[in-house]
Amino acid sequence: MTATVEQICTLLEPFNSNGTTLSARTDISSDLNIDSVTVMDFVMEVEDHFDIEIPLNLLSETRTIGDLAQVVEARTKKG
Amino acid sequence: MDLLAKLQGIADRHQRMMSMGVNAIGITNDRIISPTRAMIEGRETILAGTNNYMGITFDPDCIEAGKRALEEFGTGTTGSRIANGSFSLHVELEQEFARFLDRKHCIVFTTGYQANLGMMSGLAGPRDTIYLDADSHSSIYDGCTLSGAKLVRFRHNDAADLDRRLTRGEGDEGGKLVVLEGIYSMMGDRAPLADFVEVKKKHGFQLLCDEAHSFGVLGPHGRGLADEAGLEDDVDFVVGTFSKSVGAIGGFGAGNHPLFEYLRYAMRPYMFTASSSPASIATSLAAIRKLAAEPQRRTRLRDNSARLFHGFRQLGLDLGCDQVSPVIAVKCKDEPSTIAMWNALLRSGVYVNIALPPGTPNKLCLLRCSVSAAHSDADIDRIIELFGTVVAQGHGQTAANV
Repeated sequence: MTATVEQICTLLEPFNSNGTTLSARTDISSDLNIDSVTVMDFVMEVEDHFDIEIPLNLLSETRTIGDLAQVVEARTKKG
Repeated sequence: MDLLAKLQGIADRHQRMMSMGVNAIGITNDRIISPTRAMIEGRETILAGTNNYMGITFDPDCIEAGKRALEEFGTGTTGSRIANGSFSLHVELEQEFARFLDRKHCIVFTTGYQANLGMMSGLAGPRDTIYLDADSHSSIYDGCTLSGAKLVRFRHNDAADLDRRLTRGEGDEGGKLVVLEGIYSMMGDRAPLADFVEVKKKHGFQLLCDEAHSFGVLGPHGRGLADEAGLEDDVDFVVGTFSKSVGAIGGFGAGNHPLFEYLRYAMRPYMFTASSSPASIATSLAAIRKLAAEPQRRTRLRDNSARLFHGFRQLGLDLGCDQVSPVIAVKCKDEPSTIAMWNALLRSGVYVNIALPPGTPNKLCLLRCSVSAAHSDADIDRIIELFGTVVAQGHGQTAANV
């Protein structure tokens, strides 16, 4: 597990109410059974933790924790 | 794979609701008696969840104007505004709204939902960024998506958070649009407009305020939150709806920008749909003149809202916001108890809205009331009394099957 994935997993814990085991392959919405608004709330936490911008437009193609980690890494490098 | 298979979860959730009573998210009004009364499930019911803020839906002058328009202009326009669907009525309504709003330009849409779809997508394009409040109405989210702009969501009513996000996007080219609402439809709270105007001075963006729930309601002229806050010059664009204070259906966008009128040729939700029916436009026209001539409607609404708000507070209910507002949401424990209480309230003769996640912020389950200027003191007191038994004392929390 990369450092980014690990940090994302920690940020995701408060939203993980059914105690799913988290990994890079976890589908954030369907595996955790959380709705679209909650996904956006979670992404806002990720934005603030890494001090980056993750536009909503990217979310439709960001399904797993691994996908999100890639977005985070690409955007942290840029800044 | 069956495309509709993904609806199974919704079907299961709906079945659970139906097993507890009637369809809370699709109740049928068999007859509408007045702005505050309907026949529902065979009972005369107080309506306390209709957004009919001015209570204008049965105004004799509005009804007369609608009848006349039906006779003079027919049942429908059969065309879009950019083809054959612009009647003198539409133009007159736009002029009347511009006057009421004290804006140079106003464009009328077929629904309030389309007003937001049109304005967001007309104002912003793929090179621009829209900053939208996290609690924005779905029509704003959908309009933002349609625009193709970069979408950045900021924390609800948090101007400092918007400031931070604008700073992150400082190097971006293209325009920036910030979208707020006058009164948020679920919790009833207002945007802290002065704080956002400060951020605007620092970063320079164009500001749109959706006054759907505050138009007709707030401000010395009833123009909404910006009117109340005395900050209309700082708000570049106003959006609103005819389906609440105006008691019809339709929506508007307004502004002073010299190129504003050309939005008509850049907004697909305006261009590619039939224009509002003559009757709807005519009743809206009569209603806006009433709202201008009868400020006592706003006073009455404010008094009624205060009466319900303080009554609920005395019951110790957990409310959506701490300011008197015509939208008063009561926070409930969970989905089953909310459904049970909603059914108990309906059986006792009051209709309110049920609001459940993801339609609410922070996964809240709400019994949402909206107050009307047409409610009597006795109506408000009855609503308070019923919330006392059903919600505060908990008599409706499990008794839904009785």
